[in-house]
Amino acid sequence: MNMNLSKIKLPSGYLSKYGIFIAFLGICVLLSLTTPYFFTPQNILIILRQVSINGILAIGVTFVIIAGGIDLSLGSVLALTGVVAASFAHPGTYPLIVPVLLGIGVGILVGAVNGLTITVGRVAPFIVTLGMMTIARGLALVWSNGRPVTNLSPAFNDIGGGDLLHIPVPILLFVLVIIISAVILKYTRTGRYIYAVGGNENAARASGIRINRVKLFAYIICGGLAGLAGIVLAARITTGQPNAGIAYELDAIAAVVIGGTSLMGGRGSIAGTVIGVLIIGVINNGLDLLNVTSYYQQIIKGVIIISAVLLDRKNAQ
Amino acid sequence: MQPFATMNSGYLLRAENISKSFPGVKALDNVQLHVEKGKVHAVMGENGAGKSTLMKILIGMYTPDAGRIIYKGKPVFFNAVHDALKTGFAMIHQELMPFPELSVAENIYMGNEPLKSFPGWINRKKQNRDAQLLMEKLGLKIAVTRRMKTLSVAEMQMVEMAKALSNKAEIIIMDEPTSALSDRETAVLFNLIRELKAQGIAIIYISHKMDEILQIADTITVMRDGKHIATCPAGTISNEQLISLIVGRALDTIFKKRAVVPGETALSVKGLTGKKFKDIDFSLRRGEVLGIAGLMGAGRSEVVNTIFGLEKPTAGTIMVKGKAVVIRSPRDAIQLGIGLITEDRKKEGLVLSGTVKQNITLAALKTCCSGPFIDVQKERSIAKRQIQQFAIKVSSGNQVVNYLSGGNQQKVVLAKVLLNDPDILILDEPTRGIDIGAKAEIYKLMNEQVSKGKAIILISSELPEILGMSDRIMVMHEGRITAELTGAEATQEKIMQYAMQ
Repeated sequence: MNMNLSKIKLPSGYLSKYGIFIAFLGICVLLSLTTPYFFTPQNILIILRQVSINGILAIGVTFVIIAGGIDLSLGSVLALTGVVAASFAHPGTYPLIVPVLLGIGVGILVGAVNGLTITVGRVAPFIVTLGMMTIARGLALVWSNGRPVTNLSPAFNDIGGGDLLHIPVPILLFVLVIIISAVILKYTRTGRYIYAVGGNENAARASGIRINRVKLFAYIICGGLAGLAGIVLAARITTGQPNAGIAYELDAIAAVVIGGTSLMGGRGSIAGTVIGVLIIGVINNGLDLLNVTSYYQQIIKGVIIISAVLLDRKNAQ
Repeated sequence: MQPFATMNSGYLLRAENISKSFPGVKALDNVQLHVEKGKVHAVMGENGAGKSTLMKILIGMYTPDAGRIIYKGKPVFFNAVHDALKTGFAMIHQELMPFPELSVAENIYMGNEPLKSFPGWINRKKQNRDAQLLMEKLGLKIAVTRRMKTLSVAEMQMVEMAKALSNKAEIIIMDEPTSALSDRETAVLFNLIRELKAQGIAIIYISHKMDEILQIADTITVMRDGKHIATCPAGTISNEQLISLIVGRALDTIFKKRAVVPGETALSVKGLTGKKFKDIDFSLRRGEVLGIAGLMGAGRSEVVNTIFGLEKPTAGTIMVKGKAVVIRSPRDAIQLGIGLITEDRKKEGLVLSGTVKQNITLAALKTCCSGPFIDVQKERSIAKRQIQQFAIKVSSGNQVVNYLSGGNQQKVVLAKVLLNDPDILILDEPTRGIDIGAKAEIYKLMNEQVSKGKAIILISSELPEILGMSDRIMVMHEGRITAELTGAEATQEKIMQYAMQ
């Protein structure tokens, strides 16, 4: 018999997901009223383009967090994959597919190393990915000799700055990642196992699930998506920048948490993460439009992260 | 014994008309408990009788729905454990919660450290000196500077009791304190209890062990199905009377006899040895229930967990349907047609944050899939079928498992494991903490499985259950099989005798 049996409540997730969506709409309405430029097609495209990199990272780390892990190496992996991809993207060298596959491939490799160290080596995810954070950063600097990799082909740069059907490519990629990820998590066996492993590893194992494989899959997806984000960023700034993406993992994790995914694992959704990403993006954009200095922006962002979790905690009790 | 005239004033503690409900279960129904100063008051009852709930109310972990607690003639209200501790209550939990890296003295004075005049500074010298005095007062020979993790379970328990004393506790609740103790350690513990009694401390003592109760208790209260059944002085009641009070019902009404002739051997184990058991030999036939009895810590769960691939054996062979097999993981076991209902449904049975549907299909998700994708319709209909078949009381399959009653949770676990249609079903304490109605339903399901020719292993600490359900009973003691009993030779007394050796 359990204490919380005495308190009947709505199924968890329902209220919190809904609540965060309402909060998002509220923020949008507020910003539309205070600054006329906010709710214009141009500005909305700007916001979406800005959030797409953090969005792709956040969706990757959603897999890991639902599976009960964490990935702190995202920002460094982003830089590493960016410089690797960029160095194969000089004009007139390789076809576009080479840097793209290499970038994603390096991300997958890093994710696999993380995942194997965590599962086979039984080291805590926090420690493994903290180590990987500096390893990948170091690798990025070694690979590029500490210098930005410039002179990239126009085709490569289009991944970050081009349009397709009048929609910026990063946004299209973000949407594609959202759809595929949501389908994996919701409608595939592996997706269900990710929730089960994060919710109760012992029960998952006793149900015949190969938990190590499931965790490894989550870290590989996360690494692969970090690779994709690294390519998009390098293309957008037309440079493979070994110092790019510092602390990006924190923004990604923040988006996941705002979206109602539990850091304890077993609970969360892609939809929640997307809203979390949009909230962070809209607030950054809105505060810029309102000429709030970046010092205050940081404070406000932090307050929102904590408030979101407080709200979630209340619902989860 | 106090004369009854002084009843109202003579009791140190009176818990009166206590009731407590959880969704789906009435855990306590109008229960009384009157405890005298300087006496040992035993509380007995089967698992699920409501003993733990009552104790949790006394120590402030739960608040009662109705009733009052009167301590030293005044009503008291505990909103938290802290309140109960301050008032003079203490509880020695079945599972101790020490700080392993800290010293004995530090454990005793945790939260209550003697301070130096400089604010916040602990007076370690005084702390060790006081702890030493306390130990001497209790006649214990444990160096107070030893780290807690170097102590035996028995010694830790004694330190817990010293801690209770240092908090000036006048009522100490002990929940199955001897379950992990050897006979010699139990004797030392009992001396300590007598010492505490002499100092006027009242002890509420929960145990399943008859002989202990008759040795140490002054008064016995029996509970059953959340109700107070009887309270009497320990000297006035025989072993048999006590058992009939505890069990309280004709077993035949719950345990229906099966008419199944056991078939060929489904599982056999030879020389199986692991960390906590040695040389286990047995075989199990189709259409048969093999009971495994024994005290907590006898190694029963470890044996079945090893068969299911949750733990690794160090020696021995396992044969499934006549073929020697190697089982490295639960996945291997499931593929060989073995199903396990684990001892702790919350720890190993359920994903509590998941829905009923998700839990039911978890171990057989492949059957609800086409390729890598879950067939949502099919999953829903399979879950619905299982919910109906196992009479799980839920509004829909999308309800989160965490908020179901224990009985319903256990039925979800059963529905999950049986969805794979295992030929060999292992149930480890399948009815722990669930009410009598749900128990009866689980027994019925077991009988259905047996009549379908499945083989069942049942581990249970409840003797009536193991006697009522098993065709054969294997008794374990400290990692070894000490007896195999069939038919008329299987009695509660015989089992306990072999279980305690």
